[in-house]
Amino acid sequence: MAEFNWLTALGGGLLIGLSATLLLAFNGRIAGISGIVNSAITFKKDEIWRWTFILGMLLGGAIYEYGLAFEPTPKSTFAPWAAIAGGFLVGFGTRMGGGCTSGHGVCGLGRLSLRSLVAVLIFLIAAILTVFIVRRVLGLTL
Amino acid sequence: MKENSIALLAGLLFGLGLGVSQMIDRDRVLGFLDVTGVWDPTLLFVLGGAVGVTVIAFRFVLRRRHPIWADKFYLPTKKDIDRALVIGAAIFGVGWGIAGYCPGPAITALVLGIWNPVLFVLALIAGSLTYKSLSQRNS
Repeated sequence: MAEFNWLTALGGGLLIGLSATLLLAFNGRIAGISGIVNSAITFKKDEIWRWTFILGMLLGGAIYEYGLAFEPTPKSTFAPWAAIAGGFLVGFGTRMGGGCTSGHGVCGLGRLSLRSLVAVLIFLIAAILTVFIVRRVLGLTL
Repeated sequence: MKENSIALLAGLLFGLGLGVSQMIDRDRVLGFLDVTGVWDPTLLFVLGGAVGVTVIAFRFVLRRRHPIWADKFYLPTKKDIDRALVIGAAIFGVGWGIAGYCPGPAITALVLGIWNPVLFVLALIAGSLTYKSLSQRNS
């Protein structure tokens, strides 16, 4: 893995913060990706902006990967069952808890929401414990 | 139309940010979550940078009576720390720790041309719809 680069990490974070600010300032919307997906898949007419946002994410990712990146992003391969099980739990949990890293993290913390702070602390601790159990207790490399 | 152009631009900046910060590389995310291994602080800087912007900018934005191109701010209305928040966040965290993807990076990683983000996003939709139907049945 490439070494830690605080400049690209911070720069990427600033772009995400700018994105969330633009969406709130102009459209009055929260840039929470799980919420955007949940409403997008209802295919209601007034939810088209959510598909536009998702299209923008793919464009932004492609511009980075195939235009700006000095080297291709490592294609981490892991067991497909882990992608499926993880995806199911993430979809279930973010709908139940009303947000993910962007909705509760980037936007909720930005609004100084106590609910979001609690959610962020819980999902971070749960994720750290899960990785510890998977890697150190079970000795698996997922 | 105007609303969609901002959504496209905001989405583009979001995806670009996740690419530049390498959050689309799940090993970086797992490297952050693996606190007893070779710890990778990247995610902390990404979240810190993003929240640094929103904490300051949202204060000014939310002082307005309405958004620049919309009638009102669509903000979450729930304020209480309920069971669904706590359990939901915990379930999300477990899934995040297993797969190394959360929703934003997974969607952006679809451009990498590998299968796991595709499987992840499809399973994410299935999980979300499962919770929706369970909660509708119970209410």
